[in-house]
Amino acid sequence: MLCQECGQRPATLHFTKYVNGEKTELHICEACAREKGELIPGSSSGFSIHNLLSGLMDFDPVGLSGAKAQAQTLRCEGCGMTYGQFSKLGRFGCARCYKQFAERLDPLLKRVHGNTVHVGKVPKRAGGLVRLRREIDGLKREMQSRIEGEDFESAADLRDRIRELEREVQNG
Amino acid sequence: MGNRKYTAEALSPWMKGEAPDRDVVLSSRVRIARNLRHLPFPMMASAAQSVEAMERLLQVGESGRLSGLGEVSSVRLTELSELEKQVLVEKHLISPALANHAQHGALMLGPGEDISLMVNEEDHLRIQCLHAGFQLKETWDTASKIDDIFEEAVDYAFDEKHGFLTSCPTNVGTGIRASVMMHLPALVMTGQINRILSAVTQVGLAVRGVYGEGSEATGNLFQVSNQITLGQSESEIIDHLHAVARQIIEHEKAARARLMSDSRLKVEDRVKRSFGILSYAAMIDAKEASQRLSDLRLGVHLGLLPEVDEGMLNELLVSIQPGFLQQAYGEALDSDQRDMTRAQMISSRLATHA
Ligand SMILES: [Zn+2]
Ligand SMILES: [Zn+2]
Repeated sequence: MLCQECGQRPATLHFTKYVNGEKTELHICEACAREKGELIPGSSSGFSIHNLLSGLMDFDPVGLSGAKAQAQTLRCEGCGMTYGQFSKLGRFGCARCYKQFAERLDPLLKRVHGNTVHVGKVPKRAGGLVRLRREIDGLKREMQSRIEGEDFESAADLRDRIRELEREVQNG
Repeated sequence: MGNRKYTAEALSPWMKGEAPDRDVVLSSRVRIARNLRHLPFPMMASAAQSVEAMERLLQVGESGRLSGLGEVSSVRLTELSELEKQVLVEKHLISPALANHAQHGALMLGPGEDISLMVNEEDHLRIQCLHAGFQLKETWDTASKIDDIFEEAVDYAFDEKHGFLTSCPTNVGTGIRASVMMHLPALVMTGQINRILSAVTQVGLAVRGVYGEGSEATGNLFQVSNQITLGQSESEIIDHLHAVARQIIEHEKAARARLMSDSRLKVEDRVKRSFGILSYAAMIDAKEASQRLSDLRLGVHLGLLPEVDEGMLNELLVSIQPGFLQQAYGEALDSDQRDMTRAQMISSRLATHA
């Protein structure tokens, strides 16, 4: 299979990319991938799948120039990184960047992952509240379906359990 | 790092011995990216903050919490020579980014070299586990346990919506990259590989052909990994990769069986010619060497080369890399010397094992 960018070297990197919500296959050679990812630190030596994927995050493919320029100067209070720097480097500077640039982040995450919300592992300590809230959400869904099935008695038990958990959340 | 056996031997202990589906899958790997909550990620950290991150993470290793893994050695990257770093990269124990760019980088290594914990690479902590053959789930279990141990001791950067926060948005969420290294010579020979690669990318996985010194894929080695880290749970990611890799294995096995029934003589001729060239060549470049070693590996699994030991082939794949050649011969080599040294190394190994 030849590289679809240059049409000369054999393609050795194969992956997909979301363009306007549609999955698109890409088959390219390492040289072309490097060219696309040349702003990525560390890509000069030892090119990895990870370098490749991060080279393909499109930052604001379209956008009004005024709003775009304004966004570039948005600065993270945690580490001092600007959105402009982030879009050049493709790397966040600290955990707070995720909050500071939140507004611009979802479309980017959607293009990379096709999703914007984590569903995996939750840390036991740092994520204690998260676990509780997820459990509450699950119980509420369960309660709803029992009500629909007219199983009011067990729905009431669930309601009590939900109240208990909500108290725990409030007490931190 | 004690007696430096990590850099002296080409084959890590975990590579030795029997492993499931070893005839097609060389290794399974899981990498987890994590960051400390209250410190900037390594790229934006000050020198003092990088030292703090390093000490806090090394402390977990030295506290005995990891003792269940056996004796874990830690080393700060500044204690290693350039050549030692290159050798660790060639053994896939550290990434090129850690070797070349890290400020206050460090490494914790399990005794079997199946566990390597990188500190201050792109993220504060990169947990990497390697298993021989096709053992993705086992590899994930090991990595996840180590993750739990660190989580008891340090606060991770995590938010409810985005999950584990990483420097690069391509890792956010679960922070895991799982991959299998596959040897697919029969799919390449029978011209089916393009169809397979296309099908694999369609289901959200990425494939990378593995290079020799140039930029062309050589040796018929392919690394298949998950592309998405956000919006799927770890077990969904692992199960999906596992299921797709299982199908590729079956296709490769079927293609090998067909080669043996339809064109056994041609395959045998190719394998034995490669054996002859590797046994007697005076010079060989990395590309030709990996291609011919691929033929030998196929020959061994088709029962055409009963005298060749597969473990020795795995060892050769690593020891013909430039850093290893140079280390074995003690001084810097130019490219002719490298090709000569490579040829000698291969022929002497084949002579003692065949
Ligand atoms: Zn190209
Ligand atoms: Zn920040």
